[in-house]
Parts: sequence; C-alpha cells; structure tokens
Amino acid sequence: MTEGPTLPQPLAASPQISQWLDFATDGTVALRSGRVELGQGNLTAFVQIAAEELDVAPGRVSIIGADTRSTPNEGFTSGSMSMPVGGQCVRLAASAAREVLLAEAAKLLQRGKEELRMVDGAILAGSVPTDLTLWKLAAKVSLDVDIARHAAPKPPTQRSIVGRSLPRIDLEEKITGAPFVHDLSLEGMLHGRPVHPPTMSARGVTLDMERLGQRPGVMAAIRDGAFVGIIAEREVDAISAARWATGVARWDDDAAFAGDPVEQIAESCEPSEVVHSAGLLDDAQGERVATMVSRPYISHASIGPSCAVAQWTGGRLMLWSHTQGAFPLRDALAMVFDIAPERIDVIHMPGAGCYGHNGADDVALDAALMARAVPGRPVRVVWSRADEFSCAPLGPAMVTRAEATIDQTATVTSMQVMANSAPHGNRPGRNGAPNLRAAAYLDAPFAVPRSSDVPAASGGGADRNATPLYDIPHQVISKRVVHDLPFRTSSLRALGGYLNVFAIETLMDDLAASRGIDPVEFRLRHLSDPRARDVITATARAANWPGAEQEGVGTGLGFARYKNTAAWCAVIVRVEVSEEVRVTHAWSRIDAGEAINPDGIINQTEGGIIQATSWTLKEALALDGAAVDTAGWEAYPILRFSEVPEIDVQVIDRPEEPMLGCAEAAQGPTAAAIGNAVFRALGVRARDLPLTRDRLVAAMT
Amino acid sequence: MRKRRGAGFDRAVARENSVKKQTTAFELDGEGCEVTCGPDEPLLYVLRNELGRKGVRFGCGEGLCGACMVLVDERPTLSCDTPLWAVAGRRVRTIESHVSDWRLHEIVTALTQAQAGQCGYCLPGIAMRVRALLADSAVASREGIAEALDGNLCRCGTHSRILRAIETAAERIGRAAE
Ligand code: FES
Ligand code: FES
Repeated sequence: MTEGPTLPQPLAASPQISQWLDFATDGTVALRSGRVELGQGNLTAFVQIAAEELDVAPGRVSIIGADTRSTPNEGFTSGSMSMPVGGQCVRLAASAAREVLLAEAAKLLQRGKEELRMVDGAILAGSVPTDLTLWKLAAKVSLDVDIARHAAPKPPTQRSIVGRSLPRIDLEEKITGAPFVHDLSLEGMLHGRPVHPPTMSARGVTLDMERLGQRPGVMAAIRDGAFVGIIAEREVDAISAARWATGVARWDDDAAFAGDPVEQIAESCEPSEVVHSAGLLDDAQGERVATMVSRPYISHASIGPSCAVAQWTGGRLMLWSHTQGAFPLRDALAMVFDIAPERIDVIHMPGAGCYGHNGADDVALDAALMARAVPGRPVRVVWSRADEFSCAPLGPAMVTRAEATIDQTATVTSMQVMANSAPHGNRPGRNGAPNLRAAAYLDAPFAVPRSSDVPAASGGGADRNATPLYDIPHQVISKRVVHDLPFRTSSLRALGGYLNVFAIETLMDDLAASRGIDPVEFRLRHLSDPRARDVITATARAANWPGAEQEGVGTGLGFARYKNTAAWCAVIVRVEVSEEVRVTHAWSRIDAGEAINPDGIINQTEGGIIQATSWTLKEALALDGAAVDTAGWEAYPILRFSEVPEIDVQVIDRPEEPMLGCAEAAQGPTAAAIGNAVFRALGVRARDLPLTRDRLVAAMT
Repeated sequence: MRKRRGAGFDRAVARENSVKKQTTAFELDGEGCEVTCGPDEPLLYVLRNELGRKGVRFGCGEGLCGACMVLVDERPTLSCDTPLWAVAGRRVRTIESHVSDWRLHEIVTALTQAQAGQCGYCLPGIAMRVRALLADSAVASREGIAEALDGNLCRCGTHSRILRAIETAAERIGRAAE
C-alpha cells in the first residue's frame, strides 16, 4: 500500500478481500459491509466507493449490511463513523481487489499492468478490448488475500463515481415496498407483545397469568421476573391481551424519585474529571462572563416503534432486528441466554430512523424470550407507542456551565466548560453487561452497571464538543457523569455535543454582545482554523448576515466541528417570536471533507436542523416518580410540516481531504443558532431548553 | 406497588376483537376483496396481516402520526383508528395502487426524484394524504400542502424535501389534468 495509513479497525478483524467482496455472479459485485442503513444513506455511498475503485457501473454493485452470518464485524453503526471508517474499509478492499485482478490480467495477457484499464468490468489493453472481465479473473485467482498488501485507492483526480449525488438505492422500496423488519412474514410466524414494568428496578409482578392465558386468541403467556410476554397467532389478539395485562399488572418496586432532575444534575456532587486543559487559568486577564444551560430528558421518538423477529431452533437463535450493532447485540444476547455467541445469528433489517440507541435492541431480547416458549416458530414483536416512549433508553438530561474571561482588546483569554450529564454510553455489551431492558428484571437479573461514559477516543459522551474550537489560550474543560438518577439513558444523536455547543455558542454571543461586536466577526477573530472560517463566512453570506433589524425577528449563528474531529458545520436561523418561537429560515454550510454523495450530506444536515429545531423548541419527556409518564404523541409534540423552516444547505466539498462523519453535525449549531436568534429578537436569554412559551415568559420576568 | 401509567393503549383495539368472525367485502386498490375476521378489528391489521398490504404502517395506533393513512372513498383515513366494519362496501386505496393510479404514481415519482426520504417509514402515509389532497384539483400551495400534512409526523426531518417534491407533483398532476 502506497500511503500506508493506519488500517481502520474492522480491516484488522476482517483483513481479506473475500470477506468484503464477492464476484461469484457474473456481471455483479456483491459487497458486504458490517454497517447498517438507518436512513442515512450510507449503503448507497458504499456502493459508489466500491464502483469507483472497481471501475464498474454502480448498478452492478449489490450490498448487504450487517449480518453475523456473513459480513465483517464493524461493531455499532454510530458516532458518524460510517464514512471515515466503513467507507474507508470499502475503498481499501475494492482497490485491493482491482489491483489483484489487474495483476492477474497482466500475467495472462503478458502486458504491463499499467497498460491495462477496466471499463465497467471489462479489461482493455490500451484501448483494445480483451476477452477478460473482472468475473473471469476472479474465478482464476484467490481473493483470500490481505487487503493491506494490495490496497491502492485511486488518487482524487481520477475519481468520477464518487462526489456525485447517486440516488438512494433503497428509497423507492421504502415507499412502495415492504423492506422493514416490521414487514417480515415468515412461515408459521406468531405475534408477541411484551408487558414491561415502568421502572428498571421492578422485581416481581402481580398479574393473574392464568387469566391472561385465557384471553381471546392467546397461545402462551410467559413470565420471567418482572417481565411478561404474550404470544398469539394473530397480532390483534396479542395487542389486546397485552393492553389488558398492562392495565392490571402491578410491580414490586421501591424506586422513588421526586423533584426536578435537571436541578439535581446541576447540583450533583458525583466526581468530576478534567478532560482537557491548556495554559493556566490564573494567567487569564479580563472581565468574567458566564452562562449555564440545560436540556431535559428527551426521546429518540422513532416514527415506527421498535420491532424484532426471533426464532429458536435446536438451541440456536435466529434474530431479525433493526439494531445499530448486529454483532454486539448477538454478544449481549449470548450473555443473557448463557450460550456461545456462535449459536446466535443476528440479521439486520431496516427499521424507522433511530437517531441513536433506542428500543431496537431491547425488543430483540423481548422477542427472543418469547420465542423460547414456542421452539421452532418465529415470533414477531412490536412495541406499542407507549413502550417506545417509556421503555427505550432516554436521551440524557444535561446541564452545562461555561465561563470565560474577555480582556480590553475584546479577546477571550480563558474558557471553562463543565458538562454535568446523565450517562450517554449504555449500549448493549458496554460496561460488561447486556444492557437490554428486560435483562434487568428477569428472575436471574443482570445488574445494570454504572456507565463509564463514551471514551474520549470515540468523541466522548458528556464531554463531546465541550472543548471549544476557538483559539483561547487558557482552558479547563471537565465533565461530571451523574449516575444517581433512576432513569435509563443512552446515546442520542450528537450526545453531549448538542448541549455543549449550545453552551459555548451562547457564551460566545454573550461575549460579543458585551463588547458590541458582531457575532460573526467576533468568532472569526478567535478562529485560525481555515475550514472553520470558511463554513462560517459561507453561511453568513448565504443568509445575508446580519439581516435587517425588525421587532420580534432575529437571526442567530451557531457553529461547531462535530467531535472536534468530524465535519465543520455552521447554521444560521431566522426566528419570529410572538406567542411562540417560530424558526422561519435556516442556512447551513457543511464541510465533511471528501463528499462521496453531496446530496446525502445535504439530506442529513437538513434533517438534523429540523430535528434539532424540534428538540430545542418543543421536546421534554414527562416523568412520574422514577418512571416516564409520556405515553403518546399527544404528550410529546414534535415539529410539524407547517412549522418547518425554509432550509438552504450546501456542502463545501474537499475531494482531496479524508471523508468525515456529518450526520450529527447540525444538532448543536442549530440549537445555538436558535437561542442566539431569540436573544436578538427579544433581548433576553432563555437558557433552559426547550424554548417554550413558558420558558420565554420566565426568562423575561 | 407500581402501575404502568398511560399503559400501551391502542384505542382501536379497546373493544374485544375476537368475538365473532364475519365476512366483510370491500374494494381494495381497485379490486373486490372479502375478508373474514372480527368486524371491530382495526383496518390497519386487516390490511397488513390478512391482505398483504405491508406498506400501510403502524406508527402509534392512536390516530396521531399518520403512518397508517389510507384512502376510503378517496377520503384520507387513519386505518389504525378505523374498524373493519366501517369500510364494508367502500373503496379502500393503499400505497400499493401506485402502479395503477397515475396521480399516486406521480407522487411517488416526485418523492424519489427529490430524494425526499431518509428512513422512509413515514412516506407511504404521507403519499396517501397528499393523494387525497390532489384528488380533483391539483392546485396546492406549499402552505396548503404543509397544512394538509400536519397530521403526518416525520422524525427524520425530511419535511422540506417532501414539501418540495409534492409541489412538483402537484404541478405535474395539474398539467396532466388540464
Ligand atoms: S398508526 Fe395510525 S395514526 Fe399513527
Ligand atoms: S423519513 Fe424517517 S420518519 Fe420520515
């Protein structure tokens, strides 16, 4: 390999070409990725990358996502790592295949390799056609060879299939077909519904199992600890019985909680940890400006409740799931059932967008528990809407304080950021436990260990984006993971980056305002990173910054580089504030390095802006003691069609730079832009999210 | 002792559904069909499980998200909230009639051309709601489309693309209908 970069981790585990690519069917390249399509379009981008390196039309490449039976193990599809890691694996594997096959062609034709070309799978010598094709060559040589030895990706100037907006390969089927795990219909399939206790600490359940078994159409009712499952031939019967059982069940549980969780997180005395420091705070001169912001627990709130299909046959478990991590889920299930992971197959199938760790893995355990009662028969389990709100992991509540000093020249001399947060890292298998909901209250329960938070190497959890990208000489950045609240939380899109960016960007605007300096100008004075400057200035230009002053109208800017290592993204919004805040326009420029599929990046960024607008303006889960009270959309409004802004997103493409993750980059900047725009419209700061009418009124009085 | 609050309530299955099976006849995507099951069963499950219409999606079961939208006598109808008996003798149309219904076909084409989707789970319901909006007159403003779609939730935030796509579809349908 020429440039010799460090190999992406999945290539260490699956080092050979044949583990990624298969040319067995004439005219078709079968690509196996260990990643999964969650609605973000990554599989389409992988097809482009493979087609590029193999010089075939993208239509010839078929792709499957994670399947423990046949694909490489790429862990979780999370943290916006699909392109920088997953895409890079595909690029190296496909380029290695091209090199090996071309070398074989050179040998057969007795020509120099550099004289040969590939055109849509056909080998040309100079411009003369030969009778060799990729497929004929692949039949002659072994591809059980190391990718690292042969990989030689094309230089940027020779690429023509990547960098273009190939339409999503899966979109039409998602509209008119039946591609979701919810749609699976297997021979002899039964329908199951779980009855979960409202809290993780429930032990026993009081429920007349005999009566439950006699409900109309019920074939079996199982109880294991505080978990109850109902199996029926017909879905409606399973739903009906579960509804009855959910209404009458009572759980033994002493979990109690009172008060405001956000306040308790703010005041927590659990140990904190410095994650980054620079200079010496004592050396920082100037006037102090500080801010403190918060967000409540919020929900992933997928449109389609979580679903899985499980089947036990002769001590083996087959599971169809929309999990983000087929392999980690397999290992977590092996822990629960105390069997070897090799006895479990997990096959990914699409679900509704999850935006992080939602109920997908939990429902997989539910299905496996129920299917165990009916060996040989597949059992399909779908959560109710109430389950999805109250049983899936929550998006953690957080409080971030940020404080700076600014000197006479309007230069920020120091910044301190302290992120207090409920845990972000509780994915299946993490912290040495299954972390699957029902496992916590089975007869033989699995303790829920303390989350050790997402490591800094993965971008951090509570501290994600807590370190500002600005040139500030003295910094102390810390985090405090607050474990002492009874609510089960885990990763939600952008993790701590959403609130930390909101905090830092709120502070930057407050600092600028304290000296009467324009917020864009103020940021540029503190940014030497040219790519950061570019996204900010390009966004400002698109938005015609600063826009005319108007009563009740404001524009605001938010900026961050996601995880400080992924895409740079600036967002400007325009708000109108009357009774409520309405975001009418949003502009964004994003730099994700080499853009494989620019429209895919735009789509993700538009979606990120709309979702973050919804979080910022509307969303909060309601609690009832130690349980989640929110049970339906009535209690959890999200942004609707007539409330979405007009959006203008463009990509700053850098074909010569590495690919960077982008799909979470807009979350923090959007929140910050909205807060800053509201400040400009009203002249007051609302620091506690969501920015509802009540919160604005409170801020004004 | 603790009880589940707001417990998994699917309004449409509140009544017992297995009481007595009965045959119900209606028109489905342009063809006659008969199905034998409980008359109170929600149309959603009948369409998905008895009649193979998997494009009709379960989102909430409470009439609050629009994922399960179908047309009944051309009117937008939430199938999770509609008992089977209510469609006896009526015309039910699902996303699957995109192959025979040219207006729906235009809508699906416009959505794919505009790449107006992320996970796509919400899209069949949205396409059906829009099909009702563009039934006779195809003149629809962005505001009109947005308002019509306010009962349809999309969590991925694909709204602005969907609106753009539907504006295009409305225009094409308008031209074709002239
Ligand atoms: S599933 Fe019918 S409205 Fe949500
Ligand atoms: S595209 Fe995922 S919910 Fe609309």
